Amino acid sequence: MSNPSDTTQPEKSGSPAATPETESNGGAVVILFFIFGLAASMVLGWVIFPTLLYSKKKQPVDFNHVLHVAEVENGCQSCHFLREDGTFSGRPTLESCVTCHESVLGVTEEEAHFVSQYVEKNREVPWLVYSEQPDCVFFSHAAHIINAKMDCVTCHGHIGESEHLPFYEENRITGYSRNIWGKNIAGIARNTWDRMKMDACADCHIRENVRQSSIQTEKGGCFVCHK
Amino acid sequence: MKIDRRSFLAFSVGGAAGTALSPLPWKLTDDSSIWSQRWPWVPIPADGGIGHVRSTCTLCPGGCGITVRKIDDRPVKIEGQEGHPISQGGVCLLGTAGLQFLYGPSRVRTPLKRTGDRGQGRWTQISWEAALNETAEKLNTLRADGHPQGLACMAGTDHGTLPALLKRFMTVYGSPNFIGPASAKEAQEAALRAMAGVDGTVGFEVEKADFILSFGSGLLDGWGSPVRMFETFSNRQDRKTLVVQIDSRLSNTAAKSDRWVPINPGTEGNLALGIAHHIISESFYNTGFVDNFSGGFDSFKQKVLSDFSPAKVADITGVPADIISELALKFATAHRPLAICGRGRGNAPGALSETMAVLALNALVGNLNADGGIRMLPTPNYISWPDPEMDQIASEGITQPRMDGAGSEQYIYARSLPNRFFQQIEAGQSQVPEILLVTDTNPLFTLRDTKAVKAALDQVPFIVSFSSFMDETAQQADLILPDHIFLERFQDVSAPAGFTRPFIGLTRPVVAPQYNTRHLGDVIIALGGQLEGMIGKAFGWENYLACLKDTLGGKWEGMIEKGFWMDDHFAFPSWDTMFTTATGRFEFNGEKVAADPWNATAAAEGDSSTFPLILVPYDSIRLASGSIGNPPFMMKIVADTVLVKNDIFVQINPETAREYQLSDRQLAILTTPKGEVTVRIHLFEGIMPGLVAMPTGLGHTAFDDFLAGKGVNVNELIGPLEDAASGFDAAWGIRAKLAKA
Repeated sequence: MSNPSDTTQPEKSGSPAATPETESNGGAVVILFFIFGLAASMVLGWVIFPTLLYSKKKQPVDFNHVLHVAEVENGCQSCHFLREDGTFSGRPTLESCVTCHESVLGVTEEEAHFVSQYVEKNREVPWLVYSEQPDCVFFSHAAHIINAKMDCVTCHGHIGESEHLPFYEENRITGYSRNIWGKNIAGIARNTWDRMKMDACADCHIRENVRQSSIQTEKGGCFVCHK
Repeated sequence: MKIDRRSFLAFSVGGAAGTALSPLPWKLTDDSSIWSQRWPWVPIPADGGIGHVRSTCTLCPGGCGITVRKIDDRPVKIEGQEGHPISQGGVCLLGTAGLQFLYGPSRVRTPLKRTGDRGQGRWTQISWEAALNETAEKLNTLRADGHPQGLACMAGTDHGTLPALLKRFMTVYGSPNFIGPASAKEAQEAALRAMAGVDGTVGFEVEKADFILSFGSGLLDGWGSPVRMFETFSNRQDRKTLVVQIDSRLSNTAAKSDRWVPINPGTEGNLALGIAHHIISESFYNTGFVDNFSGGFDSFKQKVLSDFSPAKVADITGVPADIISELALKFATAHRPLAICGRGRGNAPGALSETMAVLALNALVGNLNADGGIRMLPTPNYISWPDPEMDQIASEGITQPRMDGAGSEQYIYARSLPNRFFQQIEAGQSQVPEILLVTDTNPLFTLRDTKAVKAALDQVPFIVSFSSFMDETAQQADLILPDHIFLERFQDVSAPAGFTRPFIGLTRPVVAPQYNTRHLGDVIIALGGQLEGMIGKAFGWENYLACLKDTLGGKWEGMIEKGFWMDDHFAFPSWDTMFTTATGRFEFNGEKVAADPWNATAAAEGDSSTFPLILVPYDSIRLASGSIGNPPFMMKIVADTVLVKNDIFVQINPETAREYQLSDRQLAILTTPKGEVTVRIHLFEGIMPGLVAMPTGLGHTAFDDFLAGKGVNVNELIGPLEDAASGFDAAWGIRAKLAKA
């Protein structure tokens, strides 16, 4: 630290005349400030930034996957299924809920809310889809489930074992779900279901030696998914 | 600790290093690139299950089958229906754009009651109950006054259960004034009644004909069932079918035909008789038919031989005598010749004689009910409701003369004369209706002399419109009780224009009604129940759907599955049984036509010294010219030689342009005896000097901003000409003059 009483010619000149002691002090100060800056920006980048970037949205109705999977016969496919034409019905419609929930079942507040707000008013529940891909991506569930015989968990993780629905975190800039980039702000995936960005798709396609060109256009690269 | 410049710099460098080591810049870069690709105004179609609904289009009288592609409950595309007997999987521009009517801004979303002056556009929203009560009250009062014939109803179609319900309503109410349409289709039906005694529709078997002689019919410009015509045209080379187009200008049809025969406008009927002259004088006609199954041939022959010699006809029509003879020879010697009539799209009926002349030409070559010829189809008879009980007021009212004169001794073969209806009111020669109901038609746009129609409408004290759209006529209404549009309702579509087999198409809802509208059928049934007297008893159905199911009976199930019903194996009667005239023969001169049917040319209105030119309307497949206007998608494909911004173009020959010192794209004033407008000039070699051609379907003042105020409605400039033999509007053009703007 620079203390005027410690210096012999404090007023006459600046740093060129500083003593070795003050120089080492000054160096420490610089390093300290460097570390402050580094730490602050690291905290900003790793901790504050993600909380600012994503808004948390509650699903319109809470849903207990565990309870439902136990009740239905066909696992995930009871509600999330391939239609006859090969397209995928990911978001269950009210029609499938009403089979059981024509009137209130059980005593939970969520159930009463669901029946009064949606079933009785015949309104579709505006579910927020964690894994919603943008419109520019052509993704076929049939190709993955039937042809590649993949299971749901590989991409969607263990959502089927949840008792409550997690918050839907929406990127304030892009409008994408946080699940696309992945929970890890650095984009590091430990599991196959941690990330659904283009590189995650591409890595698997390369690893599994999937055809590297579009079937329709026979063009390679982008055209496999971006038709 | 002092914070100096060095420490600040150190902090900044540390911050920069830390930022670089954090995901922030990399994630922000990624996100901002995504953000730049996801503009909020770029629509993202909602995902959902794909479904298809088979239905029938009612946007024109063609009766095409459509398949509506849906994502969940939302219709997203109208496609042609594969294997449909009329449209064969095709669809026209208007049909494709039909979804825009569903969501478009010109829809009437709830019952409206006028609050300002007529046409001022000031409305108040009312409930259905209030709207029905007010209508019922007016109707009850009129009947209580013993004046039920003061009710008139205008409808856009004559066939099917909806017009049948309306007619039934009018009958039990006690009014003879059901005014249906009068187009080329109705003119053909009138000619069929006059000459063959057959109460039915005329089918043209274009698919099997090998020589088609078209008297100005715009086969590629929207005539008949447009998609069926496209199909026939596009594969005619395989069948070695020749198409000769007789047309006053190089229309799209003329350009695509094997041969174009230019003709003076309005003289097509004369040419038909000129061709008949050659066929008769050279004995090319089918003697088996003429000698054994026709009547009046001798007087017809005499008339044709004396008045329609090739030289004379050449003089009138401008078609050289040798070409007339050549056409006659080719027509008479073809295996399956077919002559077609109905100018342009066939919106106007034209003189009865023109249709009769073409029907006579077909009869001469013996193609009535023959393969590739004219098919005479009896009126579909599936609507067989018991006669309604009539009270005293109704029985007396129904015997009163019709306001339009149709069916009277003078106009015995016309069913409805909408043009005459308004002209008579405007001229003060007919009683003014106290109440006018208008459905599925827009007379203020589609009828000639729109000013006169407006003046007549102004005199009607109470107008109820059932229009789904705020069209020109609805704007003048006192009450609007909006109907569902064709994508939201059930309806039967029978007797499609020009089709050759008994056919009923089923229109069905592909989507729940988007607004607070009601099916016209339900409204009639409900209204019947609210009226005094026996009226309610005539409508014993719970609602329109019950009525439709009940009426179609055994056909219903199959129609739900296939989308239509057709009698594939209909046995056309042979020549000895098909004619139901008094003589049982085909009457060349018509049975009871009051005026001389062979007075074939109606002169254009106006004197030639003031108006040296002639204005003719022309139809284009890119412009809807019926009661419905162009949807926005279709406006985008209107050529810049037809419309630029709000300016309409008229076609003239460069020679005419030189004479009037006009140049291409220049503004000019076009004047006719009916009005004056500003137009732009389009120089076109395909039109003869002295003519001015204006497209139909533009110049709407109603609908939405995509359509209103664009161009000029040609019907403002042309007045109707009453055909003495039928009462139909015989006008095909009008005299005009052009001057620099």
